[in-house]
Amino acid sequence: MIARRRRLVLVLGIVAGVAVAGGLALQAFRSNVTFFFDPTQVAAGEVKPGQRFRLGGMVKEGSLIRQAGELEVRFAVTDFKREVPVVYRNVLPDLFREGAGVVAHGRMQADGSFLADEVLAKHDEKYMPPEVARSLKKGETRSGM
Amino acid sequence: MSRVNRFLLPLGGFALLVLLLVVGLKQAPDKGIIVSPLVGKPAPALVLPTLMDPSVTIDAAQRYKGQWYLLNVWGTWCVECRYEHPALLELQKTAGIPILGMDWRDDEATAQQWLKELGNPYDQVVSDKEGRVALAWGVYGAPETYLINPEGVIVTKRVGSMTPAIWEKQFLPLMEQRK
Amino acid sequence: MTPEIGHYALVLALLLAAAQALFGLLGPVLAQQRYVQAVPFAVAGQFVFTVLAMACLVNAFVQMDFSVRYVAENANSALPLFFRVAAVWGAHEGSLLLWILVLSVWTVAVTLRSRALPQRFMARVLGIMGLLSVGFLIFTLATSNPFLRLDPAAPDGRDLNPVLQDFALAIHPPMLYTGYVGLSVAFAFACAAMIEGQLDQAWARWTRPWTTLAWAFLTAGIALGSWWAYYELGWGGFWFWDPVENASFMPWLVATALIHSLAVTDKRGLFKSWTLLLAITGFSLSLLGTFLVRSGVLVSVHSFAADPARGIFILAFLVIVIGGALTLYAWRAPLLRSNAGFELTSRESFLLFNNILLVIAAAVIFGGTMAPMISDALGQGALSVGPQYFNPSFLVPALPLLALVSVGMHASWKRGNLSRTQRPVLATLVLAVALALAVWLGAYGTGSLMLPVGLGLGVWIILSSLVDPIDRLRRGLSLSAGVLGMSVAHIGLGLLTLGIAVVQTASIERDSALVVGQRAQLGAYSFRFDGVEPAEGANFNATQAKVTVQRDGADVAVLQPQKRNYWVQRNAMTEAAIKTQWNQDLFVAMGEDVGKGAWSLRMQVRPLIQFVWFGAIIMMLGGIIAGLDRRYRQLKPIAEQEPNTVGIAAEARTA
Repeated sequence: MIARRRRLVLVLGIVAGVAVAGGLALQAFRSNVTFFFDPTQVAAGEVKPGQRFRLGGMVKEGSLIRQAGELEVRFAVTDFKREVPVVYRNVLPDLFREGAGVVAHGRMQADGSFLADEVLAKHDEKYMPPEVARSLKKGETRSGM
Repeated sequence: MSRVNRFLLPLGGFALLVLLLVVGLKQAPDKGIIVSPLVGKPAPALVLPTLMDPSVTIDAAQRYKGQWYLLNVWGTWCVECRYEHPALLELQKTAGIPILGMDWRDDEATAQQWLKELGNPYDQVVSDKEGRVALAWGVYGAPETYLINPEGVIVTKRVGSMTPAIWEKQFLPLMEQRK
Repeated sequence: MTPEIGHYALVLALLLAAAQALFGLLGPVLAQQRYVQAVPFAVAGQFVFTVLAMACLVNAFVQMDFSVRYVAENANSALPLFFRVAAVWGAHEGSLLLWILVLSVWTVAVTLRSRALPQRFMARVLGIMGLLSVGFLIFTLATSNPFLRLDPAAPDGRDLNPVLQDFALAIHPPMLYTGYVGLSVAFAFACAAMIEGQLDQAWARWTRPWTTLAWAFLTAGIALGSWWAYYELGWGGFWFWDPVENASFMPWLVATALIHSLAVTDKRGLFKSWTLLLAITGFSLSLLGTFLVRSGVLVSVHSFAADPARGIFILAFLVIVIGGALTLYAWRAPLLRSNAGFELTSRESFLLFNNILLVIAAAVIFGGTMAPMISDALGQGALSVGPQYFNPSFLVPALPLLALVSVGMHASWKRGNLSRTQRPVLATLVLAVALALAVWLGAYGTGSLMLPVGLGLGVWIILSSLVDPIDRLRRGLSLSAGVLGMSVAHIGLGLLTLGIAVVQTASIERDSALVVGQRAQLGAYSFRFDGVEPAEGANFNATQAKVTVQRDGADVAVLQPQKRNYWVQRNAMTEAAIKTQWNQDLFVAMGEDVGKGAWSLRMQVRPLIQFVWFGAIIMMLGGIIAGLDRRYRQLKPIAEQEPNTVGIAAEARTA
């Protein structure tokens, strides 16, 4: 009988442990998942104020501005429909350049610009983040309406 | 729960996973399907020096005014382009419309050598060394081929190698619709 | 000519693999002894032709045969010889061939080492491994043939991706694949046992050394990948929870659970159906990883060129292999009965906790990795799951897991009597807490509580792993390789734990734009930018910066990071400069010229980061020591033995 009760304790302990772990993971998931938006969605106000998200599109040709000697850069991300100005204060990745696909992680600021804390560039001519590709595709269908 | 049921659970879980993977696979982006935002729009300006003689400049819109033409983007650094080349030579003979070649971010001497060795399928070849024009056209990667109609509108676009099959299925019907 | 020889060699390897599968699986069913005896010959033949195919591909790269499309796409005449050889597995097609070769090597090893096992059983094991080989060979020949010609030949190649031009490419994929594919041995043993219906402990005992060795290679492969990412890709981090990293980490967690549960099944005959399931799951996850990396379903820095056609093929293969194994499981597992009991504080129950926590950890990562796909499939929009999810969620199972290692290691089998082992456990705990607090306050003094907690757990695991070996040596008792290997692996885990705890909480990093002579202060260290100069390598030229690091006015290191421009692919590549000391790394990577003579630089001080990889290598050593335990080599068919009295049972702490 004692063995049986011990076994019950064991099973209950495990169930409780799994439940706690699952609950905590779900909690972490809810508060830490970031969604992807393209400039058109941003312009349409789909992003909640203060929400952290990923902004993707192409770096607009001729939009890259840097004060000489400063780390901070500004550029515009476009989906050929709308564009969002981006501010970034870290080292840019190797493959970042105007006209190339880019994904930036960060938040919108009060002045309507996007403050990025991480910028990822597309890997080479043959690679584009699929979300970017898809949002460009979507831009096409929308403009066709 | 009966004993048998319990051991079927992993299989059930796996079936769900497979379902998810199938859906995921369907949505996995196929490079060739990405439609340029420019399809159906007037072609951007293309004014570039020719590969053979940089002092000569070609304006595609003027040169091909009122006729169909293909724009093929290539580079000697692109292995896929080498693979595609015989198909272009074939098209030169069979398609009946001129092919404008755009040598993208390339070394002129190597490119000239390439055409000498493999044959030249192009009506004219221009060199886009900086890649500015390619950007305007939304070139995604080489090789890439655009079909432009007599009104100067991009009708369709192929990302990846041109093949006779693609020509017949994707390009030719669009030209015939107009006739 | 050689590419064609390679191509035909692959076809012959496929035929032999098919023969291996057919004879191996049908021989025992039809009771055809000749079929059964033919299996090892098929194994040997397949090995010879796979090696030949690989040799042909290596030759094509060494000779720079740009008439082969795969070579033209991944090498260049300016590429140094060393990288030309490593470039063989630098892309999809060649890495698949490497996968097949590694599977063939494992199959040969199993054939040679298991001659003492029942022939029928071994025929089935080899038959299943042959089936896996058939799948991958068809896949290679149908969708990813590395020997395809390019006509006319390219004058020169497109070159290997500069990111891959590194020493690590030569060893990381072979190591990782050896681990991945090694899990197929446990899978094949489990399936063979299920087909046979012989689900006693025998299969578990036979599987143990193979699983432990595969686990050791997987550990090393993952650690090498992380080290590579650290100095080449990652701008200084060592783990990014990238889908591909996760794809290798999930099988590792399950394999870790498996080697622990195999111990219980082997010694006590418990957890039998659970162990079977883990053996299936471990290899299934490594197949799933292959699918995710090569189908373009998930995006990551490691992804090979996306190709849905390949995805469909692998998916079909997954369905056959994993679906088949799980069906077998649903059919056979209900026959299993465990009759032995154990108490709450016995070693069995600690190993049960170990398994549950490891599986929870794997599930947490699985959920995070698949979430973007699930969200996409449900039309919920594209989401991404990053370290903000993975780090805290992984800690939930990881912390209790680490806390239970020391106690579990000293618990006895079956009996729940902890009193005998209370002393060493408590003594090492007190010592560990004291040490952790001292180091925390003395050396780092950061506010994060994770630092002393992780440090304490790590030190506790190390100290308590030492208790048993030292005790045995003092008393003049022999120390079996199994026990020694376990202790060593746990010491490695301890080092890894304290390394991660410190580097995650006490690192300092800063991006700054500096002009010549200007300094940036990171903790006690001052980084001075001394300007840039041109530099040149074998197939690139570069801009090289000089950064002098000082502490208290004295020079500590001169770092020379580079911004490389590879001639062929024309990609800019950042080559970080790292000064490694035993207790920290000083790291500088170059950004770009930001004008007015200033350069943007990324500077980091990363304490104890080397402990992460050092710990992993020690874990691997432990795995190899345990896997090569001599008692596994003298295995006799189980029928000739009294259960539970011979062999590795002596490893049990019954003394």
